[in-house]
Formats: sequence, structure tokens, C-alpha cells
Amino acid sequence: MSVVVEVMPKPEILDPQGQAVLNALHRLGFSEVAGVRQGKRFELELTGELDEAVLARLEEAASTLLANPVIEEHTVHVGSTVHDEAGDEPSPAGV
Amino acid sequence: MTDSVSTAAQTPEVEQPWSELGLKADEYATIRAHLGRRPTSCELAMYSVMWSEHCSYKSSKVHLRQFGEKAPRTDALLVGIGENAGVVDVGDGYAVTFKVESHNHPSYVEPHQGAATGVGGIVRDILAMGARPIGVMDPLRFGPLDAADTRRVMPGVVAGVGTYGNCLGLPNIGGEVVFDPSYAGNPLVNALCVGVMRHDAIQSSGATGVGNLVVLYGAKTGGDGIGGVSVLASETFTDSGPTKRPSVQVGDPFMEKLLIECTLELFGDDLVVAIQDLGGAGLSCATSEMASGGTGGMRVELDRVPLRDSTLAPEEILMSESQERMMAIVEPAKIEAFMAVCERWDVLATVLGEVTDTGRLVVTWHGETVVDVPPRTVAHEGPVYSRPYTRPTWQDALQADAPTPERLPRPSTPAELRATVLRMAAAPNLADKAWVTEQYDRFVLGNTVLAQPEDSGVLRIDEQTGLGVALSTDCNARFAKLDPYEGARLALAESYRNVATVGARPLAVTNCLNFGSPEDPQVMWQFAEATRGLADACLELGVPVTGGNVSFYNQTGDTAILPTPVVGVLGVLDDVTRRTPQAFTEPGQVVYLLGETRDELGGSEWAHEVHAHLGGLPPRCDLDVERALGEILINASRDGLLDAAHDLSDGGLAQALVESCLRGGVGMRVWVPDGIDPFVFLFSESPGRAVVAVPRSEEVRFTDMCTARRFPHQRIGVLDAGDEDGPALDVQEQFSIWLSELRAAREAPLPRAMA
Amino acid sequence: MRVGVVTFPGSLDDQDAARAVRYAGADAATLWHGDDDLAGVDAIVLPGGFSYGDYLRCGAIARFAPVMRSVVDAAHAGMPVLGICNGFQILCEAHLLPGALIRNDVQTFVCRDQSLTVENVTTAWTSDYQEGQRIVVPLKSGEGGYVAPQATLDALEDEGRVVVRYAGSNPNGSLRDIAGITSENGRIVGLMPHPEHAIDALTGPGTDGLGFFSSVLASVVSA
Repeated sequence: MSVVVEVMPKPEILDPQGQAVLNALHRLGFSEVAGVRQGKRFELELTGELDEAVLARLEEAASTLLANPVIEEHTVHVGSTVHDEAGDEPSPAGV
Repeated sequence: MTDSVSTAAQTPEVEQPWSELGLKADEYATIRAHLGRRPTSCELAMYSVMWSEHCSYKSSKVHLRQFGEKAPRTDALLVGIGENAGVVDVGDGYAVTFKVESHNHPSYVEPHQGAATGVGGIVRDILAMGARPIGVMDPLRFGPLDAADTRRVMPGVVAGVGTYGNCLGLPNIGGEVVFDPSYAGNPLVNALCVGVMRHDAIQSSGATGVGNLVVLYGAKTGGDGIGGVSVLASETFTDSGPTKRPSVQVGDPFMEKLLIECTLELFGDDLVVAIQDLGGAGLSCATSEMASGGTGGMRVELDRVPLRDSTLAPEEILMSESQERMMAIVEPAKIEAFMAVCERWDVLATVLGEVTDTGRLVVTWHGETVVDVPPRTVAHEGPVYSRPYTRPTWQDALQADAPTPERLPRPSTPAELRATVLRMAAAPNLADKAWVTEQYDRFVLGNTVLAQPEDSGVLRIDEQTGLGVALSTDCNARFAKLDPYEGARLALAESYRNVATVGARPLAVTNCLNFGSPEDPQVMWQFAEATRGLADACLELGVPVTGGNVSFYNQTGDTAILPTPVVGVLGVLDDVTRRTPQAFTEPGQVVYLLGETRDELGGSEWAHEVHAHLGGLPPRCDLDVERALGEILINASRDGLLDAAHDLSDGGLAQALVESCLRGGVGMRVWVPDGIDPFVFLFSESPGRAVVAVPRSEEVRFTDMCTARRFPHQRIGVLDAGDEDGPALDVQEQFSIWLSELRAAREAPLPRAMA
Repeated sequence: MRVGVVTFPGSLDDQDAARAVRYAGADAATLWHGDDDLAGVDAIVLPGGFSYGDYLRCGAIARFAPVMRSVVDAAHAGMPVLGICNGFQILCEAHLLPGALIRNDVQTFVCRDQSLTVENVTTAWTSDYQEGQRIVVPLKSGEGGYVAPQATLDALEDEGRVVVRYAGSNPNGSLRDIAGITSENGRIVGLMPHPEHAIDALTGPGTDGLGFFSSVLASVVSA
């Protein structure tokens, strides 16, 4: 069982990385995109079962470590992790 | 099923992908001869990476020999060519090691990671010598500033160099940024690292002591850069662009920072018999080189290698270029202490095997022997080619196309000269490089005395005595295209001069030789000439080559890059407080031009920028003059006779004056000496020259020194704060330009291009 | 007087901070991140660098190091604490100072001699300066943009808790040009520029940074 935590910059926070990505998209001709905000996604594999108590603990982990509440919001999703590419290893080049 | 040695011995007829791995038919045959059977797939992988051009230097060895054969005798050299890097004695029991390397092809494919891992690799080389790395430099070369692909490559490369170096805590103290059409598609990313240690701390890389343990420590091994060396570096790009994407290595500077601290502690506690870093060809290289250089044999259990990716085959593990890994030889009695240090730094360490005296490198995989080779054949007895070379058919025509006034119209009126000075100040190669250099930390460690854009980077080594070192990297590749022999000499001259300009005594040389395909006889001729020129010049100037790097195959299709032999010179300063900076800061001081100016515009920045012209002969290189100029600059610096000094190179006198005036914010009244054409005076690129600012109180002592040495020196101006409108560069009877106008022109190009 | 300089994995300017402490006339002690013993120091410096590789967020992992428990306790008891660059980021993550530091708005790492105005000279770390004094101190960071909710920014201004402000142009998009702030009691200061690199004209833009380290000598409070 695994849990996904998504962390995004708060709407009122300047997101320079998102802005840079938007500029790059526009330079490449993707005028259809009006805005970009860049965040992080954490895939947490659990050692045991997921119940209300564990969920509360994960919420605490999210708000004390994974996200900085001063500048970020977070959401916790329950479910299995998703690999869109059928079983492929991620490319070593990453990026 | 594992392709073991016994399987290989029983199945000699199996087809092997030696060609796909970059080997030639005769090389494959030689391997079979060495082993008396076909190689296993692991052995084939090992030979293919180690015999690649990048690792084996097979096309360059016969020429690089000259650096050893013609090496000048000097007491300063503690370790010469052959080890990871050269080591130089700088006095007071200190030794300094330095080297420059290339990571060109990966930087075209993935600019950020290519450049970052280039820095990582050279830093580990310095670390492997036993030194604490104390600084980095980056000679960079890109296509035209306004080209679309430069906009892709340059920011990534600069970010990669900056991120990795900054995170390691190494100040970036200098380098180059050069733009030329020939580098479009083949950017050059050369990285230099310098380190310091005590004399008795020099480490070696030979695995000695039968029974000593072979330890791999650092990052886990993954699929990074598999085949990167043999596949990438020996293959020129097709015109359709990069296709070898999966072969790029990804670096983690934080891991390397831990590795540095951990390794220095291991050295300090005397826990290491020998050490080698894992760079190109990863484990294949480390095991074969260490075994070959030591007692002669090694046994390694490959399945003990900690993996990031458990699906890797043994061939891939052997070829992996995962970063931030080192290999150490450790006495059994010291292994516990070794492991404790690694644990303190949270660095993974694994015993893989031991040193033997069998004369064989044996690697097993889950009990089966997958490699059993004589390590010398892998590491040190790779193929040696005497590639054919011929002087290009176009060389004569190129040299005959001299930049005479008839061929290239020259500015002659004051208005034309003024416009040319402004235009040159804004030329991409001469423009302000702050867009690049402000991404580098130059302060960390608190010992940076001079950094870019000064003529050399200067680092203090001893806080008590003020002992320090100076470094510069230089190459005018246009000069090298016009005449590779002279061009290489001129590169050494420029680097030597830059070191002397800050007041340091040049001691040793490193080089990064960037060329096109060695399979092209014309490129090979350029290489042969350049190495001959550099070796001859080093002998003449008395500074030995301590090590370096060769990068071939820098070309797209048939078009090779300009031959680019980058030369790095290291010098020593007994007291860094006496260094001579570049900025003109004191109105009223007199400015002298040292050296002779001739009509030498061949390969000049003016010809390139204004006329897109490259032709004629490069300026004449006179190493006696360079030595004499160096002596003057060094002695004058030591005796406190100079307030500032700046050597002349790209862009000639105009560029040097613009730079020194802008850096200090002080203007200058310049007069053109009688008998010289103003254009030649301002833009000729004759070498062996420098401008100096001399306090009035020292003027006589200084000129007496020059006269006693019979060195040409000419008063060409005086520093001037300017009037209420501000400081200006005022060439008497010709023109005047506000410094503010020059500054605006100079500072605009790079930010505008990268916006 | 002993000033402790904390070393985290990845700290870089710890040696330089220690040197600055010595130049100012105090003794420097190294405090290891994994050890919660503060060795009886009188003040603490959290230095610059890339602690834990800047993984997750700058300072996010360092703030949970064992030594930080003791640093937080000591700070609450009035011990002077100076956070430089990464140290400032750690102080914010540890909630000893309000706000946060995000990526420079120019997207790149910026290393330059930065002009600053010293606005608060009552803190433990700035008492040797004059109010309104203009100083030049190296700035070298990629994640130096100070941000905080509007209410926090207003409070900082109203309470005079902006210690140093960027003068000339804003190098990284910090709101209100804030380069450094202080806690309510004026004993905890965080700033992005590096005063430890402006202690010697030989290796920096001047000696304007020394005041941070000399000021604290006068502020020793028995813990």
C-alpha cells in the first residue's frame, strides 16, 4: 500500500521555477499554456497497513517535513503508485 | 546464463558485438591473441571501454610522448606525467597538484549534467593524488552567442559547473568563455581543479601488497553513462543532432562533498595504501589500472558492488560511469578503522576483493569467473596508433590570405576608431562575462585573492606566510588554425604571461587538447603540430607538462572544430599580498606599455568581429621576450613597483585599457606613440606585451629596471579621474569615450542573448 | 568568549565563519550536527553551504539534526544565534525566524559584492554598526529570495526587525528588499549575505563584515 503526497507552492507565493517553465514553453511555441506552477510529488511506501491513525501520522509528516507550510500547500492521496510507462525503468538521464 | 571464462574457452565461434562497442576488427583480434581465446562479454566490455580513444589515448600517445621526452629539468616536479595529475613543489613543504580535463560530448547531449560531472571527475582526480581540492576553473567554448543552440547549451553548462562546484565548496577562480561558429554542435567544456597537500602526503594508485583489500566506496552503482566513454567520445555527431541520450552520467555534488571529507580523513589517519577515482570506464578502469600499476594482480567479486539498480548485468556494472565513487587499497589490519571513518561520513564502503601477485585481474560474478585478463593489456598496453597526418591542402591559401589593409579595410579616422573601440568592447568574445561568472562562488574557503576577470586566479595556501599559487588557462584557437605549431606556442606564452602578470613565478603546465577526428589526416596534422609546438615551447620556457587530457572527435560531419590546445599554467607567489591586480584605480599614475607592437592582425578578434575573417599568419611568438617580460612583471610585483598590470591578448591594447579602466572606474589619457598607426597600436595582437600602472614615486626605479634589462617600454598615458562628466578613455588627438558608454556596451551582450 | 560554529553534512562556510570569529577576537568551537552538546559556547553561528545537499528544501533536513534541538533550546533561553545564508534558511525552517527563502527570481545562482544598509543596530550581532550604515558584503546564493505573508512583513517593518536591506538593485526578488531579519528579542539574526567573507581586503570586498562577529562579543549572556 502506498500514499502519494503532493506539494505545491501556495498561490500567493512567487514561483520562479514555474515561471521559467512557462517561458520555455512559450519559446517552444506552446502558446496554449497560460500558466505553470511547479511542485513536488512524494511516493511513500508503507511498512504496514493504512488506517486512520497512520493517515494522521502521514499528515503530520507532510506538514512538518515534506512541505513548508509557510510557502507550500500539500495534499495526501491514498492509493497505489502509478507508473505510466509500462514497467520501464526511468531513463538514467532523468531530467 | 553468465558468459564465463570457461564458457568462452569452449565457444570460440560465438559472434560478439565488438563493432557496436566501438572496437575495430584488428583490436578484437588482438584481444583474442592476448587471452588465447575469445573474450567473455564482460572482458569485451572492459576492453572496449578501456581501449576507447578517451581512455587509451591510442591516437595521441605517440605525440604526447614528447612532453616527457622534451621535459625541461626542474626540481619543482614531484610527480610527472602518468599519474592522475602532476604534483609540483611550491615551497615550505607544500605540494600542489592540478589538471584540466574535458567533458565535451556529454555537455552537448545534456549540458547541465555533462558539465557538472566534468567538474566532479576532475575534482576526484585531484583528490586521488592525496590533495584537498581548493579551487576550480572552467575554459568554455560555445557556438555563436546569438545561435539558438547556444541558448540551449550555455545556460545548462554554466548552471552545471556552478551548481556542482558551488555545492562542493570550491571557489571558481577563472576560466574562459569563447564563442566561435566551429563550436556550434561541439561545445568544449574543460574543467580544471587544483589541490594542495604536504609533500609526504602524495598518494599513488598502484595496488600493492598481496592480501591487501580492494574497497569500493562512495555512491551506489547504477546505469549512468553505460558505454559513455567508448560510445560517445569516439563518435562524432551526425548532423541530425544528439541521439545517445541514455549515456549521460548524473552527478550528486553533495555525495562528492562527503566523499572529499571522508577521503581526506582516511588519508589523515593513514588508512590507505593506494587510491584511484572512478571516472571514464568506471570499475573497468579502476581495477585494471590499479592492478596493472601495482603488484600485478587483483581478485574482485563483482556481485559485492552495491547497486542502485538491481537489474544491471555484470557487463553493465563494469562499464557503469556512476559518479562519486573511489577505489582504495587497504591493509587488512586497518579495514575496521577505514569503515568507521566512512560510516561517520555516511559514505557506503564495500570490500570487493584483494590484491594478488598472479599477474591477472580476475573478476567473479556469483562464483563464476567472468574476467581473467592480464591487467596491463587492458590499462597500459592498449592499441597505439600512428595515425597518418597531412598538412591540409587549404593551409597555404589560408596563410596567404593575410589581413592587409587592402584585404580588410581598416578604421583610420578618429570617428571610425572610436566606433571600432566601442564595437570591439561589445564583441561577444570581449564582452563582460559576469552573466557567467556571477553564477560561481569565488569566496568559499576564504583564500581567494584574485578571481576572474583578473589575469590569473590566485589562491592563498598558507595564512601565516602568505604563500599562494596562481593559475591561468588560455588558448587562441584561431591562431592554432592558422598555424597549429605557433598557435600552441602562443597558448603557452599567453598562459605563462597571465601568471607572471599577477606577480607569480610559472612552474608547471597542464593541457587539454581539443581537436576533431583523428581519423582525418588533416586534423591529425593539426594535433601533431600543436603537441610538437607545446612540447618545444615548454622546454624553451623551462616549465614542464605535468599531465593533461586529449579530447578527439569534436566535429559534426566533416567540419572539425578549430584546433583548440588549451594550456594551463601554475605559478607560485611567496606572498600573495604582493600580487598585482588588474584595475586602474589611482588617477595620476603613469601607464607604460611593455613590449613591441607590430602590425599583426592575423587571427585577431578585430578581423573576426568586424570582418568575419580568419587568415594570414598568427602573431610571431618569441619565448625569450615572454621570459624577459615575465621577469620584469614578477620582480616589479615583488618590489612593489606596480599598482596594476594587465597583459595584452585578444583585442589588443584597446581591450586591455578598456578592461583595466572599467574595473577600477578610472579613466585614462592615452597618446599614440610617434611612428605607429593608431589602428595597429590599438588592435594589433602582438604577444609579449603588458600594460602597467606605475605610481609616480616608483617610475624611475621601474624604468631603470626595464632599461637595465633592455626591455622595450613606452609611456603611453596617465590615469585620469575625468571632469564633472565622469571618467573617460581619451586617446589624444583621436577620440574620447566615457567609461559609462564603454561599460554599457560591454555589459549588454551576454544578458541580452540569454534573456 | 567562545562561539560555536555548527557543521552539517554539506556545510561549506563553517571554516570561514570560524576564521571570522577568530579575527573578531573570540574562540571558535566546531559543533557537530550529530551531537546535541553545545560545549558551553556563548553564541552560535549556523554557517552557509548546502547542508544535506539542499535536498527537499534548503535547511529542511538540517533543522531536525540533533544539534538543532539544543540550538533551539539555547535560543529560547536568550543565546545569540546567527544564521548565514543556509543558516538563515535553517532558522526559518526551524521557526526561530518567520518567513522562508525561495529560489532567486533571476533563476540563477548569484555571487556578487552586495551593497546593504544596516537598519537595526540593537541586535546582538549588529551593535557595532551605525544605523543606516552602508556596507558591502558578498552575496552568493541560489535560493535567497525572502518571502513571508504580508502581515508578517508588515510586523517586521513596524517592529524594526529588518536588520539589513539590499541597497541598489534587488539581487534575488526578496520581498521588501529584505536581506536579513531578527527575532523579537534581537538575539537571533538571519541574513543571506556572507559577512564572514568581508573580513579582510585581501580576500574580499573589504572588512565591512567583521562587525557581525565583533558585536556579539559585547552580548554575552550566561546561559
